[in-house]
Amino acid sequence: MSDMDEMDEGSGIVKKFMFLNRKAPHGTVYALEGLEVVLITAAFDQDVSMVFTDDGVYQLMKGIDTKGIEVKDFSKTYRALEGYDIEKLYVDQASMDARGLTEDDLIVDVTVLPVDEMANLMAEQDVVISF
Amino acid sequence: MLHIVNKSATERSSLESCLRMATKGSAVLLIEDAVCAATSGNAAAAKIQAAAADLKIYALGPDLAARGMAGRVLDGVNVVDYGGFVDLVAEHSNCQSWL
Amino acid sequence: MQFGILVNEGPYTHQASDSAYLFARTAIERGHKVPRIFFYHDGVNNSTRLATPPQDDRNVSARWSKLAADHGIDLVVCVAAAQRRGINDDVLAPGFRISGLGQLVEMGIQYDRLVTFGD
Repeated sequence: MSDMDEMDEGSGIVKKFMFLNRKAPHGTVYALEGLEVVLITAAFDQDVSMVFTDDGVYQLMKGIDTKGIEVKDFSKTYRALEGYDIEKLYVDQASMDARGLTEDDLIVDVTVLPVDEMANLMAEQDVVISF
Repeated sequence: MLHIVNKSATERSSLESCLRMATKGSAVLLIEDAVCAATSGNAAAAKIQAAAADLKIYALGPDLAARGMAGRVLDGVNVVDYGGFVDLVAEHSNCQSWL
Repeated sequence: MQFGILVNEGPYTHQASDSAYLFARTAIERGHKVPRIFFYHDGVNNSTRLATPPQDDRNVSARWSKLAADHGIDLVVCVAAAQRRGINDDVLAPGFRISGLGQLVEMGIQYDRLVTFGD
């Protein structure tokens, strides 16, 4: 059974979904399996935002090479998000600063937000799912 | 908005991340290991007390009791049972679990 | 009010599934509806009928099955997460079914609240 078979195409309801990514990739499965939920949510034509904060910013690093740990490199998927109409990618400024990172280090174009704007964005969502 | 934190503040940074992004007037519910932050003498107690000026802080009673901390809850922290947890989710338009 | 619940961790190692169970039971006791609970990540391990915890411990999967039978809850296990972890129809406890992530997204769209329990 595939996820695509069970789409509820007719509901017509569009909600604001925020996916909050707070964990580095590979140490745990949350980043990878979280991404799968994001793609399915977009297929339901929902209003999707992805937020990268805390160690979640490490998910977007350029130059990720997983050959040595023998697991799948899913970082290219972030570059494919645009093709799924997922264009709202937000990164927390303070999380970048605390890890010595700048936008140039990231594999995709993102909007870097100060904490108060990020907080307001979160507060206005219908559904927040954290991975 | 309701923020739910389940990690001990002396082990992980989830509480700090939550308090940073919780807007004025929102609610923070501590469950599981996170409840220890709301007890007197805990290293995170000052953070909780400072946050209580702008946020409503709740702690889940059964989790406090299960950790032997029911008698040490900070002033300004509201202890709720599971019924209170359900009510908090119902009363707020959205919620975020800081896993 | 309709609550959706997402369980992201397996039983016994983390408190998440205990917290989720008590939340679901209490929500129903207070007159709310919990039409569906979705199990993702290691949460899929809640669904196996093969677990045999000691007599004096709670049986997590049996407890979910009973709650589902008593209140008509749809217990959905993510197919991709289940396949990774060796969970299939042969090992499912009563009341659980395996389906896609679309079932989780539907909870977010259709219900009033979605509450996540995990690590």
